[in-house]
Amino acid sequence: MNNSILVVVLASAVAYGTPLLYAALGELLAERAGVLNLGVEGMMLVGAVMGFWAVQRIGGPAGVVLPLAITVAALAGAVVALIHAFLVITLRANQIVSGLALTIFAGAAGLSSYLGNDLHLADAPAKYSLASVNAFGLDDLPIVGPIVFGQSWLVYASWVCVVAVGLYLSRTRPGLNLRAVGESPAAADAMGIDVIAYRYAHTVAGGVFAGVGGACFSLALTPQWVDGLTGGAGWIAIALVIFAFWRADLCLVGAYLFGAFQALPFTLQAREVRIAPTEVYQSLPYVMTIVVLVLVSSVGAKRRLGAPGALGVPYVREER
Amino acid sequence: MRIERRLHQPRWLSVAVPIGSLGVAFLGVAIVLAATGHEPIKTFRELIDAAFIADGALSASLTTATPLLFTGLAAAVAFRIRLFNIGGEGQLYFGAIGAAAAALLLNGQSTFVLIVAMCVSGAASGAAWALIPGLLRAYLSTNEIITSLMLNYVAGLLLNYLIFDSQSYWRDTSSPEAKVFPQGKTLPTEADWPTSMLGSVVIPLGFLLAIALAGVLWVLYSRTRFGFEAQVIGDSPRAAQYAGMSTRRKILAVMCLSGAIAGIGGASQDGDFRHQLDARGLQQPGYGYSGIVVAALARYNPFAVVLVALLLGGLQNAGYTLQGPDFPSGLTGVMQGMILFAALGGELLVRYRFRFGWSARRAAAAEAAR
Repeated sequence: MNNSILVVVLASAVAYGTPLLYAALGELLAERAGVLNLGVEGMMLVGAVMGFWAVQRIGGPAGVVLPLAITVAALAGAVVALIHAFLVITLRANQIVSGLALTIFAGAAGLSSYLGNDLHLADAPAKYSLASVNAFGLDDLPIVGPIVFGQSWLVYASWVCVVAVGLYLSRTRPGLNLRAVGESPAAADAMGIDVIAYRYAHTVAGGVFAGVGGACFSLALTPQWVDGLTGGAGWIAIALVIFAFWRADLCLVGAYLFGAFQALPFTLQAREVRIAPTEVYQSLPYVMTIVVLVLVSSVGAKRRLGAPGALGVPYVREER
Repeated sequence: MRIERRLHQPRWLSVAVPIGSLGVAFLGVAIVLAATGHEPIKTFRELIDAAFIADGALSASLTTATPLLFTGLAAAVAFRIRLFNIGGEGQLYFGAIGAAAAALLLNGQSTFVLIVAMCVSGAASGAAWALIPGLLRAYLSTNEIITSLMLNYVAGLLLNYLIFDSQSYWRDTSSPEAKVFPQGKTLPTEADWPTSMLGSVVIPLGFLLAIALAGVLWVLYSRTRFGFEAQVIGDSPRAAQYAGMSTRRKILAVMCLSGAIAGIGGASQDGDFRHQLDARGLQQPGYGYSGIVVAALARYNPFAVVLVALLLGGLQNAGYTLQGPDFPSGLTGVMQGMILFAALGGELLVRYRFRFGWSARRAAAAEAAR
């Protein structure tokens, strides 16, 4: 039963949805502060390459190396995000162009590929990868076993992150301040909130999450270094935030939905199911992203449901 | 220190800032190079030599500059009215598919007929592909950034399907080895676009076409009602609405125009350089994405696009020539990104003025007295 195609697809939907979930949570935090960061793909790729580098080069047992590698990936994502933060917050650059620049700088033909080449990371499998754990010894339960209890610990950590981000936004003082900064920075400033500091902190936090999301690919899903291995996941994550109406809990739902579309081509290929050309399955995540965006925008975008009011607008105190 | 908005922007700044930004960008690249154990000065010298000075370097640079010129213009026309079409990549693939179909279909016609047919078919295919995000944006207000980007991946998969995974019209199935190593049908020799020579430099027809196109676009945006209205819609949608301008039709028109330009870029790929539908060769360089860098650096000015495309085309070409242990792939993207970051930062100097020390205190006092 646990080998049936539906269970396999659902289990890998969770696995493939996890990097999307991390990246989307990060983008959610940045956008809630009013900073649109289109560089998610670039931050993920740099996180992926640096995390992989750490696993290959740091000596020690898997239990030490893997958490360290995740930390390295998170830091790498944060550093890349800092470039965007400096450009759009301090220098007030156009957020869309700066985000695109970030993806070109760091992405598949940029820094991540440069580092991958220069550190000679390609063509070797990961020394350690994040295997699935058998949580509570329950992974042979019918249906829910592989889907819920047979995942890697990055998946369980992502659930903690969803709850944490959700509570942070709705139940804590800094979370409330953050929402104020994203809705109306001038009012927040008048309340005595440091708008610039909030924007910097949450843009960088976005980079941390994106870096971890990238590491999901190079340390758990693939697990090796291939140029451009995220294959547009960063962009799907940005779409996911819109789909989730800027709410953490809906990010989880959306991530697994898109994860299923990403997992489907691999599963069908592995099972040698061939009803349509492989390219049709491979284009599913991209086509479905468009379809879902269209559905969401025809429902919500007329009034920009959930979108922070000051999203994409630089804050200049002198021009309040 | 004080930062204040400039009331009027001196002309010399619009020249000095881009040049200064370029300097800062290369400093940034030098830091990346030095940090990863390469010699920046030596690399830069090799780079400039391979891009512009060595034998045949200029001709090779024009080969990479030509598609960048098309995709740069495509991005510039759309970005200028804040329509962020980043689907130039996919629209270029579609142009190449359409142009190759026209060339194969009209086998036996004269070169002139073929060139016109390839351009028209390429432009129409690119425009059709751009129309999807255009329609979604105009009628359902779906974010065009994400839809146009997603369609790049779909267009790439379609290319793969046509050449590697089907017996399509475009695929060469005439010989046994062509069946094992899939590739596109060779286009008829009449579909080879003629080149012209300037000294020893080979100038592809596509390059000249693109320069003419830049002129047309400049006229369109600065001398016609269409261009004026499009810019009003970009700068202030509400003002455009009150003035009774049709936003939807402008979005569709500009999106199609942008896609058509990228599509002619695809036709030029077929006619000038590849002479077949080259599924892998079209996808590998990422011309569409570099085109965004070109457009942004040129600040969406068509004539500046020509200059920037030459510069970035040279760098990209040098990247291919030098690729190896001293010059890892990916460095081109790092350079492009750095240049764009520096230009974005430089924008601040154009829009705002900085006052330091005594001058800042005087300005503050003047404001307080007011």
